Amino acid sequence: MSAVSPHAVLPGVSARRRRADRFARGAVLAFTLVAIVPLVLILYFLVKEGLGAWSASFFTTDPTGRFLGDPGGIRSAILGTIEMVAVASAIAIPMGVGVALYLVEYGKRSPFANAVRYFVDVMTGVPSVVFGLFVYIVLVVTKVAGTFAGWKGSVALALLMLPVVTRSAEVVLALVPNSLREAALALGAPRWKVVLRIVLPTALPGIVTGSLLAVARAAGETAPLLFTAAFVLGVNADLSQRMNSLPLQIFNDVGQAQDRLVQRAWGAALTLVVLVLALTVLARLIQRRSKLAA
Amino acid sequence: MEAGSLSPVRGGRSLVERPSRARALDPLLRWTLTGLAALILVLIAFFFIRLFIEAKPAFDKYGYAGFVFHNEWVPSQQLYGALPLLVGTLITSAIALLIGVPVAIATALYLTELAPARVRQPLTITVELLAAVPSVVYGLWGIQVLAPKLQPAEQWFSDTFGFLPFVGGQISIPNYFIAGLILAIMIVPIVSAISREVISTVPADHKEAALALGATRWEMIRMAVLPYSRAGISGAAMLGLGRAIGETIAVTIVIGNAPDIGKTIFAQGYTLAAVIANEFGEAASDPTHRAALIAAGLVLFVLTLVVNAVARFYVNRAARPAAVPKGMAG
Repeated sequence: MSAVSPHAVLPGVSARRRRADRFARGAVLAFTLVAIVPLVLILYFLVKEGLGAWSASFFTTDPTGRFLGDPGGIRSAILGTIEMVAVASAIAIPMGVGVALYLVEYGKRSPFANAVRYFVDVMTGVPSVVFGLFVYIVLVVTKVAGTFAGWKGSVALALLMLPVVTRSAEVVLALVPNSLREAALALGAPRWKVVLRIVLPTALPGIVTGSLLAVARAAGETAPLLFTAAFVLGVNADLSQRMNSLPLQIFNDVGQAQDRLVQRAWGAALTLVVLVLALTVLARLIQRRSKLAA
Repeated sequence: MEAGSLSPVRGGRSLVERPSRARALDPLLRWTLTGLAALILVLIAFFFIRLFIEAKPAFDKYGYAGFVFHNEWVPSQQLYGALPLLVGTLITSAIALLIGVPVAIATALYLTELAPARVRQPLTITVELLAAVPSVVYGLWGIQVLAPKLQPAEQWFSDTFGFLPFVGGQISIPNYFIAGLILAIMIVPIVSAISREVISTVPADHKEAALALGATRWEMIRMAVLPYSRAGISGAAMLGLGRAIGETIAVTIVIGNAPDIGKTIFAQGYTLAAVIANEFGEAASDPTHRAALIAAGLVLFVLTLVVNAVARFYVNRAARPAAVPKGMAG
């Protein structure tokens, strides 16, 4: 881009056009600032209201569910979120990366691969509430191993993560230079070794970035868990039982008239945002380390 | 290709081929990965069929058009017409687009064409952070901070511009407008990111040509950048619309959940997504109600499917500007 402003070199630009230019550029800048304002406001209120709720007992006690007196903390919500998201990741990341490997290494531009690509795109657009509804129909209503359960929440989150992981992994895998594959094949390496030992490790940082972003997204999702893991007060490590989570805890507390519960919602929201932002920042740092420029 | 005949062994095998044992895993990996990919198709098909079967009772009872366009949603009387929900979804999404898209496009233009290189990276990351904030946190902030703080302004607007359609009367704290505003904030990152991608495909010589002809920066944007990227930006806006339609929890918290079509944009309402999130608990013991909610989910699903398909069409067309010959663009 030229560093010299065009009006400096071209005195012929009329005052009216110069005014229009200044005005339009000012408007574009103003709109950009408008886009930032909500983020600043949200973070300000999160810190202001949320920090007040934070205390040692906030993180080490469970919600009591008592209407009066001590409402308790959010321990079960934090543990539930971590556990369900971990299980969801264990399902979605290997599957998503596997599908992406198929698309890049085997399917390429075949009609079948294009169909898969198309439906992965379709999955990206499906509202999370519909995924929740689907898991609710298939696993909860039919009473597969009881009604609401943590693992069912994980399945719903995994469905949500799957397209995100697949798409991001596909993009990075496609960036792996063909010369690397050809070199390995020329040296006599079998195809599977080329895929798993050459292509996958080369693309790994990018895949990790995409996966972490998917994890961050899943951690903040409320709607799919509403129908699948349901809400519960106590800590529960057993995935076959109802399981609490940070988003549901917040959703539940927002609707309450009591200030103390709303304050707990702010504290839980701050916790959730810190968690999600940490994952996002980590993902970006890994991306910066990657040799494949995305 | 004639080159094939030059290789000493047919079938593209190399002379130094290892024993077949080393390749035994090849088909295994290939078919495992293909199986995973096929699983996606099976999953989607199963997904659609199950939703449809479960929603069928509602469609049978009220008819497809009757379910979608009947203006009465009263679960206690077994009346399930999704029109108030559909209208709520459309109103909130329209408000979100009206506010969010101009802001997002301006942000994209600023970041790609106007911003000093120094602030470009940090600003981009900041806008992307908006996408990292979970939906439920937007809802919490919306109902606790934004809605009460904006109420006086909304009341003033309503009183002053009461002659406009859909404006006037009393302000409800949770309302369509607040829901639309929250949605606008939520769609800015995606619309802006896709627009940025599209705008960055505008060939540098188009822009340089405009500048060389004496255009100011703004004229360059208006005459070279925007016309070239119009289709892609429309696609970006459509993707934002898809997001807005499907957004659930934030809207559920700030829209008031009243199953009537509000008279003004400052009235309480309901959306397809919000009704599912809110009523599924009561519906557990009532099969008709459950079928109606699943039918609402199906309507929502089809709506997002159509919107996203159109969006993808535009964005893909913009991403591959095949119309410009290599020699001319290079």
